[in-house]
Amino acid sequence: MEKSLKRPALLAALLIALIALPTVADAAGFAALTSLATRVLIYGIAAASLNFVLGYGGMVSFGHAAFFGIGGYTVGILYQHYSLGEPLFGFIPGTNQMLITLPVAVVLSGIMAAIIGALSLRTGGVQFIMITLAFAQMLFFLFVSLKTYGGDDGLIIRRANELPWLNMRDKHTVYYVCLAIAVLFFAVLWRLVNSRFGNVIVGLRQSEKRMAAIGLPAYRYKLVAFIISGMGCGLAGALMANFLRFASPDMMHWTKSGELMIMVILGGVGTLFGPLIGAAVFIVLESVLASWTENWQLGLGLILLFVVLYTQGGVQALGARLVGRSA
Amino acid sequence: MTLFLEQLLNGVQFGVMLFLLAAGLTLIFGIMGVINLAHGSIYMIGAYAGTWVAAETGSFWLGIPAGLAAAAFAGVVIEFLVVRRLYGRDHLDQVLATFGLILIFNQAITMLFGRQPLFVSMPALLDGSVELLPGLFYPVYRLAIIVVGLLVALGLYLLINKTRVGMLVRAGSTNREMVRALGVDVRLLYTLVFGLGALLAGLAGFMAGPILAVQVGMGEQILITTFVVVVIGGVGSIRGAFFASLILGIVDTSLRAYLPGLLRQIMVGPEADALGAGISSMGIYLLMAIVLLIRPKGLFIRNS
Amino acid sequence: MSTPILNVRGLVKRFGGLLATDHVDLTVKPGEIHALIGPNGAGKTTLISQLMGELKPNEGTIELAGKPVDDLSTAKRVSLGLARTFQITCLLPDYTVLDNVAIAVQVRQGHSFRFWGNARSEAALREEARKYLHTVGMERRADELVANLSHGEQKQLELAVALATEPKLLLLDEPMAGLGHAESQQMIGILRNLKKQVSMLLVEHDMDAVFALADRISVLVYGRIIATGSVEEIRDNPEVRTAYLGEGEEVC
Repeated sequence: MEKSLKRPALLAALLIALIALPTVADAAGFAALTSLATRVLIYGIAAASLNFVLGYGGMVSFGHAAFFGIGGYTVGILYQHYSLGEPLFGFIPGTNQMLITLPVAVVLSGIMAAIIGALSLRTGGVQFIMITLAFAQMLFFLFVSLKTYGGDDGLIIRRANELPWLNMRDKHTVYYVCLAIAVLFFAVLWRLVNSRFGNVIVGLRQSEKRMAAIGLPAYRYKLVAFIISGMGCGLAGALMANFLRFASPDMMHWTKSGELMIMVILGGVGTLFGPLIGAAVFIVLESVLASWTENWQLGLGLILLFVVLYTQGGVQALGARLVGRSA
Repeated sequence: MTLFLEQLLNGVQFGVMLFLLAAGLTLIFGIMGVINLAHGSIYMIGAYAGTWVAAETGSFWLGIPAGLAAAAFAGVVIEFLVVRRLYGRDHLDQVLATFGLILIFNQAITMLFGRQPLFVSMPALLDGSVELLPGLFYPVYRLAIIVVGLLVALGLYLLINKTRVGMLVRAGSTNREMVRALGVDVRLLYTLVFGLGALLAGLAGFMAGPILAVQVGMGEQILITTFVVVVIGGVGSIRGAFFASLILGIVDTSLRAYLPGLLRQIMVGPEADALGAGISSMGIYLLMAIVLLIRPKGLFIRNS
Repeated sequence: MSTPILNVRGLVKRFGGLLATDHVDLTVKPGEIHALIGPNGAGKTTLISQLMGELKPNEGTIELAGKPVDDLSTAKRVSLGLARTFQITCLLPDYTVLDNVAIAVQVRQGHSFRFWGNARSEAALREEARKYLHTVGMERRADELVANLSHGEQKQLELAVALATEPKLLLLDEPMAGLGHAESQQMIGILRNLKKQVSMLLVEHDMDAVFALADRISVLVYGRIIATGSVEEIRDNPEVRTAYLGEGEEVC
């Protein structure tokens, strides 16, 4: 009874805080906080997408940066063709309209996830980790070699995509657009993990043998979960390209896949909002450590090691245990 | 023809380097069930320690024990402090903990040695080229790498097939529970295997010094290629690692050598070079994807 | 004579040089409990795995109600009416007792590509799952987590989950193993009641249970079936007595 009331109340408080954040940040003189929060929201979407296969489904993908990058490059490439006025392949016109670029990014990353997933899910365990990594590396090297789209240097997007009636040059507007999309995304994800589909995905993580014995053909469900997850990462990548006004091969570098995994584990594997918390912890850690010392990665590495070896269930679980102990 | 043979030798040379790393990695996978991303860091540590000692003392030969010792020491410390806690954990924890190690080692090396790459000059004995066939000159140093690599492969073959430790290693890579049931001190065996793997990685790192730049990040670059080797060869199989290393070394080297030229016949120069380099880099991953589709457990593991 | 529900002909499974299943012929008739007994390592679990399609045999054919299922996946076989329980229980540990049964009902009802509604608030699904819990006498434990169940309760839940797939033939892999006397008697009672609805292949070490339940018995030794017959025939078969029952009595 108490528990069922606590969660919605907490969520409402979080939402209000997020809505108030830009105003408060400006008033307090920390305008940079809004940008930081935008990045947290975007990475939160990406990490939660990864968590859907990794935490809920037990499929350890080490290549989700590929979909993040595909999302980013979709925005970048469409913008380049729009600004140069040359259609892609001679017949697909470019665009700078977010209402078009975001859905296209989601669909394209979904198609890529379908291809990569269909092949990778034939294996399991270590092989699955490595083959997803390999596919992401393939895409990374492909974009590095595409000089037309900036190659190594990446693709600069001079202006963020436009949305009707909104001024997307305003940092606050971009933040609120990301917030709205994130709220929508997490609502959908919440329905998804509790649905019949989510039910079998979580079942597959617990015991694939058992699920087969009750008659579940596992492959197709895992594949659809993988595609959904890739689409979420693609969405996040498209938003990131808009936010940074830049898309580069770094978005699909294997260390980016690693960072997304770090966010998932920092926040708590297999929890709905854990990855969002993990993204926040990661981004804040990165900024705070980087402002102290240029050797911030050393600190990050030590913290990561500590979290993996000594906390079970990430920051969320650690918090819950600490609260439990003091109470 | 001589150009082709030269590229083939380059491929073999790259292949044996990969093998030195892959041998340790595949054993650690196979016996302990641990994915060790920090294997590349050990390679880097061997390279830095050996190259630094060689540069400070002016003697290439003193670099060898230094590189090997530093790598083996790092390996044993990593095993004792971190990897030991990862046995029996799920793969996700292993990937993330050893990813953390990569961040730590890369930063520590940067703090110690700065961002500038280190260089070491070759010893007079190994400098220069020999004429292998009429018209085919090949650098002595690269030949030496090939010889060392093949000797190590032979040594490992004897160790694994002719000794008691080797028997345990073989048993462990196919059936972990069995080794435990035999009442062997598994911890000691694990530490030994990890130390041996680290030693070989350090050797590879130091030997790479004179032909590649010794710099932060060198470990990850070769690590991912090594993973491809291990997966293609079959996790836990030394024999698989050996053949997969050579295949991959040759495929990768030939693609890089010939693909841009082929592309230049249908495209403009710089774009062909960029695309050629890109597709060459993709080649090994493509190969791995194809192999896994046909044999999901790798080339040298029987599917049960 | 009616078509047997299960008809196995010439089944062979090799692991390297070892013959784990050696030309096994086996039938289960409709409404029958056919017990499969044999010493440890005789290949009983291996045989069940092949019947389910979890392991691929090297030779031989398997027919389910007259229909060959050799090329079908485990999932397909389950949808045709085959179900198993596991000797070492294999349940979903993070789910409650009711969840474990409900998910089996859900899978039986057809595809699970339903992304929106909350599966745990589907009253019909939950009600139907409760029915199977009632059959095995566990409805009062419905909301307990599987991780908190006793060994005996896990065995009962295994049975409930298998029943939720509405099988025609139930493959029971040592359902009494590790149960106390009272629990065994309860399980025997449950299985006897089920006999009217479903045929069973019962792999079991507990001879009291086997003699109490079985219509026919087959004896498996080193992958080979050395005898098949009624309870009395098997009890009096000298070959079986030396190969198996003699040893068995010493152990028990």
